Amino acid sequence: MNISTSPWVWIAALLTLMIYSFLYKENPFYRLAEHIFMGLSIGYAVVIIWYNYVLVRVYKPLFFPPHQWSLIFPILLGTMIFGIFSKKYTWLIKYPFAFYIAGYAGISIPVTLQAFVLKQVEASFLTPEKFSSIPGSINSILIFVGLITTLIFFYFSTKREHGFGTAAKVGIVFIMVAFGASFGYTVMARISLLIGRMQFLIQDWLGIM
Amino acid sequence: MFFLLIFSFSISAKDTPNDAGGSITVSTYNIPHYTERIELYRKVKGDTLYKEAGLISLYKGEFDDTLAVAGESYLYRARAITKDTVYIAMTEEFVSSSPQWFNKSRTAVLLFIVIFGSFVFVFIQLAKKNPEGLFIRRLPAIDAIDEAVGRSTEMGKPVLFIPGIEYITDAGTLASITILQRVGKKVAEYGTRIIHANFDPVVMTAAQETLKTAYAEAGRPDAFNKDDVFYLTSEQFGFAAGVDGIMERERPGAIFLQGYFYAESLILAETGYSIGAIQIAGTNATTQLPFFVAACDYVLMGEEMFAASAYISREPRLLGSIKGSDLTKSILLGLIGIGVTFGTVASLLKQAGNPAYMEIFNKVLDFLAMGAR
Repeated sequence: MNISTSPWVWIAALLTLMIYSFLYKENPFYRLAEHIFMGLSIGYAVVIIWYNYVLVRVYKPLFFPPHQWSLIFPILLGTMIFGIFSKKYTWLIKYPFAFYIAGYAGISIPVTLQAFVLKQVEASFLTPEKFSSIPGSINSILIFVGLITTLIFFYFSTKREHGFGTAAKVGIVFIMVAFGASFGYTVMARISLLIGRMQFLIQDWLGIM
Repeated sequence: MFFLLIFSFSISAKDTPNDAGGSITVSTYNIPHYTERIELYRKVKGDTLYKEAGLISLYKGEFDDTLAVAGESYLYRARAITKDTVYIAMTEEFVSSSPQWFNKSRTAVLLFIVIFGSFVFVFIQLAKKNPEGLFIRRLPAIDAIDEAVGRSTEMGKPVLFIPGIEYITDAGTLASITILQRVGKKVAEYGTRIIHANFDPVVMTAAQETLKTAYAEAGRPDAFNKDDVFYLTSEQFGFAAGVDGIMERERPGAIFLQGYFYAESLILAETGYSIGAIQIAGTNATTQLPFFVAACDYVLMGEEMFAASAYISREPRLLGSIKGSDLTKSILLGLIGIGVTFGTVASLLKQAGNPAYMEIFNKVLDFLAMGAR
């Protein structure tokens, strides 16, 4: 056993144990670690925003040559958010919100269509080449049935009756199988994170292995 | 000699199509055998010296000179280097890059947006005339909102609402704001406390305004406590630790996890489950849905969140979008069916010696893939 003498390792190990103490119940040690974590993250974010955004993208381009005067418009738009602090000027926040949401929607809609709709439609066109082997055939049929029934499950304009209801039920089976596989895969990844933390405690902190 | 001229190493340069300018595509022809590498040099109009531009990929035989400045004219020279010889090729005319107004590779996307947009537009007009006339099926998770808030009230415990950890621009976050309006109204009517912890200050501002309106609509504007809608932190696991702490300390009777979540979803849902709260989750993050399905009482899956927003508000614009998206889904289902049938028939005809239909099928696939690039 070769216990670490580094104060940083000790701090990290004790904070890890404080957070894990939540598994027993909420307690003052967990609360201390929780507040340190949140306080540090907020402080870190403020510093990052100040140095990487306010100074680099606002202050320097505006006050040093070549002056980018066009920045005044986004700055004004951003300043309108502070209208929330005044009862008289609360209405001002509508404008930055509208600009922000509409701009982002305009950028993201074509990207989403490309990545999720067109690509999926193209990939779902089954051709006889995909049926060249027995496993390939089974796979192709499963994909086709799964796609159609899952789409029907997310159809909201009709009551789930008769054939429509049956198709939606088949769809939910496909969805749950996909969820199960995803769940198992992620749990495995989380266990590897736990192993990493245990290795830190046992090797780096306690020096047992 | 004539043979050598035709088949000698050469290059051509042209403005890269469908971009915002600042890129010139250099293509190579008749790359000599056993070429080890092709070096590319360029010269700005008016300069005397060629400067290094990069290495042309031997696999693609092309190079996108993305360091070219839009509007500047360039000449290119390439050196194909084999073990014992250096072959040189040059462009004869100056080439410059410029932005294009229309990206032709996105034609399929434009077509879909126009079709989908017109469906939505028509249904919005219909919904404006008669909002009750457009049917949207009931969603159990929405019906459970009253039950969850009622249970919290009976137990004398608060309701906790988490809007996910994305920004206000995310569709899931926006849907969560609509759901918050319904929850807020119920909470105000029942006289229960609602706690709203936020990851993003802008979402917090929107949530404060939404709850204020909901309380006013319920006739209890004085009962709204602005301090119960607060910002925690924008660090993912710091936020998860904070919410877990709130759950344990405040012991809410109902928890709403609505919005876009990442890896913290299971941590939050499990803690909520461990304190015995009724949990109604909803997310458009497909990777996190399994965890909510496993640990929550009710879940709004993906598009159900948006349908729920329309179902709750009966707002014509939301109803119109859901109806429009349903019609688009029907068309896509039809297209997939036609595509599978046509592809199969075309392939069989190709095997029988008639490749014309397969070529049409491949062109359709290329058109769709073009939009997907």
